[in-house]
Amino acid sequence: MALDRKVGFFQGLRYKGGGPMLAWILHRISGLGMIVFVSLHVIASFFTQEMGSDWAIAINTIYESVYFQLFIVFSVLYHGINGMRIIILDLWPRMLEYQKEVTWLQWLIIIPMYGLTIFIMIQRLITGE
Amino acid sequence: MRTRKVPHPGWNLEYLMFLFTRLSGLAFFLLAVVGMTAALIMGARYQMDLGTLMRWTFFPNANHVLDSNIPNVDIWANGFWQIMQFLVIFFGGTHGLNGLRVVLEDYVSRPFWQIVIKLLIFVLWVFMILVAVFVVLAS
Repeated sequence: MALDRKVGFFQGLRYKGGGPMLAWILHRISGLGMIVFVSLHVIASFFTQEMGSDWAIAINTIYESVYFQLFIVFSVLYHGINGMRIIILDLWPRMLEYQKEVTWLQWLIIIPMYGLTIFIMIQRLITGE
Repeated sequence: MRTRKVPHPGWNLEYLMFLFTRLSGLAFFLLAVVGMTAALIMGARYQMDLGTLMRWTFFPNANHVLDSNIPNVDIWANGFWQIMQFLVIFFGGTHGLNGLRVVLEDYVSRPFWQIVIKLLIFVLWVFMILVAVFVVLAS
């Protein structure tokens, strides 16, 4: 493979990949975010239930905070909808012709759904339910 | 970071995980729809808050809906839901750990460390499956 080349971090930042690169990097970040959330949840629940330890309850308050939840809601929504696009385009490669349009369509679906969700979450945060 | 060597489609790990990632992605949608439908049949509209509904949707375990107002959750703890829980953990864990492996291998170029990462992830995966069986059978 002739494509064996090294790319530094700052070179990578200067790379102008546009919408598809944004989709790729957000898919990666949201996937890692969900791994962090699920791992924290499993570990904290186990140690809270078995030992009632203080640090497990501290971890619990971290991921139950609104700011973390806003991030997780975005992760689940984005990873799900972007993943759906990837599945459709990979299993029916003829659709790849419309890749640009589908990437825009995906934002048209995500922005209202996420916007409505965070509107409700922030409203509840301000009014205290 | 460097570009990956991608083997041709066939019976190799990369291609099988490529397929598995797509198919399990579809499976999550199906599992979530079944879970959410069941929660609505349980009476989620009037007896659950949104957080509890989400917890049941993504992991249909009776312990997850204990703090709702549903009068009797015991009838929702049976073999069918145990299979659903196991499927959620199996698909979710495998999909997630494979994704972690792909991300890590992108940033680690030496073949030796790539093998170490593969082994570590495999051990974690086996451990996760064992814990999942324990959690599902004990709850």
